Amino acid sequence: MSAIEIAAVSKVYAGGVRAVSDVSLSIADGEFIVLVGPSGCGKSTLLRMIAGLETITSGTVAIGGRVVNEVDPAARNIAMVFQNYALYPHMSVYDNLAYGLRNRGVPKADIDARVAEAARMLEIAPFLDRKPRQLSGGQRQRVAMGRAIVRKPDAFLFDEPLSNLDAKLRVSMRGEIRQLQRRLGVTSVYVTHDQLEAMTLADRIVVLNGGRIEQVGRPLDVYHSPASTFVASFIGSPAMNLADAEVAGGAVAIGGQVVASGVGGIADGKLTVGLRAEDILPTPNGAGVPFAVRYIEELGATRLVHGSVEGRHLTMALSPDLPLADEIRITVAADRLHFFDGESGRRVGR
Amino acid sequence: MIDRHPWLDALAHAVLIAGVVLVAFPVYVAFIASTHGPHDFMSGLVPLLPGSEMVANYRAMLTDGLSSSGAPPLGGMLWNSLMMALIIAFGKIAISILSAYAIVYFRFPFRAVAFWMIFVTLMLPVEVRIVPTFKVVADLGLLDSYAGLTVPLIASATATFLFRQFFLTVPDELMEAARIDGAGPLKFFRDVLLPLSRTNIAALFVILFIYGWNQYLWPLMVTTTSSHYTIVMGIKRMSDVADALPQWNVVMTTVVLAMLPPVVVVVGMQRLFVKGLIETEK
Repeated sequence: MSAIEIAAVSKVYAGGVRAVSDVSLSIADGEFIVLVGPSGCGKSTLLRMIAGLETITSGTVAIGGRVVNEVDPAARNIAMVFQNYALYPHMSVYDNLAYGLRNRGVPKADIDARVAEAARMLEIAPFLDRKPRQLSGGQRQRVAMGRAIVRKPDAFLFDEPLSNLDAKLRVSMRGEIRQLQRRLGVTSVYVTHDQLEAMTLADRIVVLNGGRIEQVGRPLDVYHSPASTFVASFIGSPAMNLADAEVAGGAVAIGGQVVASGVGGIADGKLTVGLRAEDILPTPNGAGVPFAVRYIEELGATRLVHGSVEGRHLTMALSPDLPLADEIRITVAADRLHFFDGESGRRVGR
Repeated sequence: MIDRHPWLDALAHAVLIAGVVLVAFPVYVAFIASTHGPHDFMSGLVPLLPGSEMVANYRAMLTDGLSSSGAPPLGGMLWNSLMMALIIAFGKIAISILSAYAIVYFRFPFRAVAFWMIFVTLMLPVEVRIVPTFKVVADLGLLDSYAGLTVPLIASATATFLFRQFFLTVPDELMEAARIDGAGPLKFFRDVLLPLSRTNIAALFVILFIYGWNQYLWPLMVTTTSSHYTIVMGIKRMSDVADALPQWNVVMTTVVLAMLPPVVVVVGMQRLFVKGLIETEK
């Protein structure tokens, strides 16, 4: 168990493609970090550089205080869980778990004990003699986890480990991974494109976009104060509503209508205003602005209402108890608005 | 067939039976011939029922050979053919699986060139390069030896290509998992790739064994002493007699004996062979 220090790391592929640009990140001992971002944002590349499967173009990666840029993957004492599990198909579950230990010359009795412990923890003890193809997806996933656990590594690296599972299994495995990581206290780096996985698993989320870090923070901090329009639209479901606005003298106006005034610390000019679906409230008696309902997504506990205000698309979350008409009137609390620079998309103001 | 009609089934069976008869009948005639005396096949009427000379024919060929046409006893020739077929099969598999491994898993300068060089040799079978190859083998003093019989036939683009295609289907993550598990290149090859290639190796072995066993032209070129003759050469020498009629009964005895080892290999490895050709196990 140890901290991971990533300092100014970049990756440029032979063809000149820049996958990761100047990423710096300190991961504390025992912390669960989730790298999240859309396809091609460099999150897997970053993980593979920590693992040693990808060379580092510039910058340094240190695990437990030791710079590992030139260290072989096996000597970094990390364990990795792959998206397609990467179990050795011709070996039994036991041999899959034991293979790495045998290669390191761990004594036979010790291997037995470690495999038995991991199998008990993951409830795969009955399958130790089976081949991977005789197991279900969830069981294979457990075996892949087991292979990581028996190594007693300094860090777990997860590369989208749940994306091959069905939705229900994904939720339960997510909980198990979280509990297991808490119990073992092993530093973990987890790559996913699923913002929900990121929110539920992480101690800290790292949002990546185009090979750069957009924001690092605790899940709720990222949710409640996204650092850019990219983060705002990526984290949270449904995505945050964004609208172009102008600011003059502290008054923010969307299409000429002032939605907030007395806002400090923002220079006059173009602005992007963000608003979470749940922060839009219906108003009872003719107050607020008219909202034309276009279609509704029923989620059971809540309902997502898509529609428009003066031609601008807007999504709001409503309680299913409320009656719904073709047009309702809505309002927003000015203190729930997020402001982003109109040019750069970076957060401004509060 | 998606629809199952009784008459379609019958037609399928009829076609298959016709095919089997077409292939099997000459083999049957060869076997019948090997059980008759020397003159029965010269009478103008081909017998279709077993004769009485079977034991005598087989014993004579296995112990004495056919001295009149310079053929040694079959035992030695069968042994030579077996050695040749086995060395070629194992040699081809060993070399091609290693070169495929190098081409697929290692990045080195001129990798693509190396692959295409191997690929191009597909167009140069032994028959095309036989004169230069003979010159090389003769200069190396390899005439009349197992090395001379086998080495020029061992390099195999087909097998390399087959293994390459198989290795490309093995997920990269498997290699990465092995790297993290502390397996170096050779360990990964031995512990993961080789066991996964098991069925492919078996299928190739069957094909290559028969290829090696059936070699005719090359052994004819490089062997001059009867102690290195192969069985396929022997058959040709026996049927090719001057100023006399070929003794078809003993020629056919030899043919039947020469057929047995490939049959044993095919039957013995049939299950793996079929698996290796149809299965893409992951």
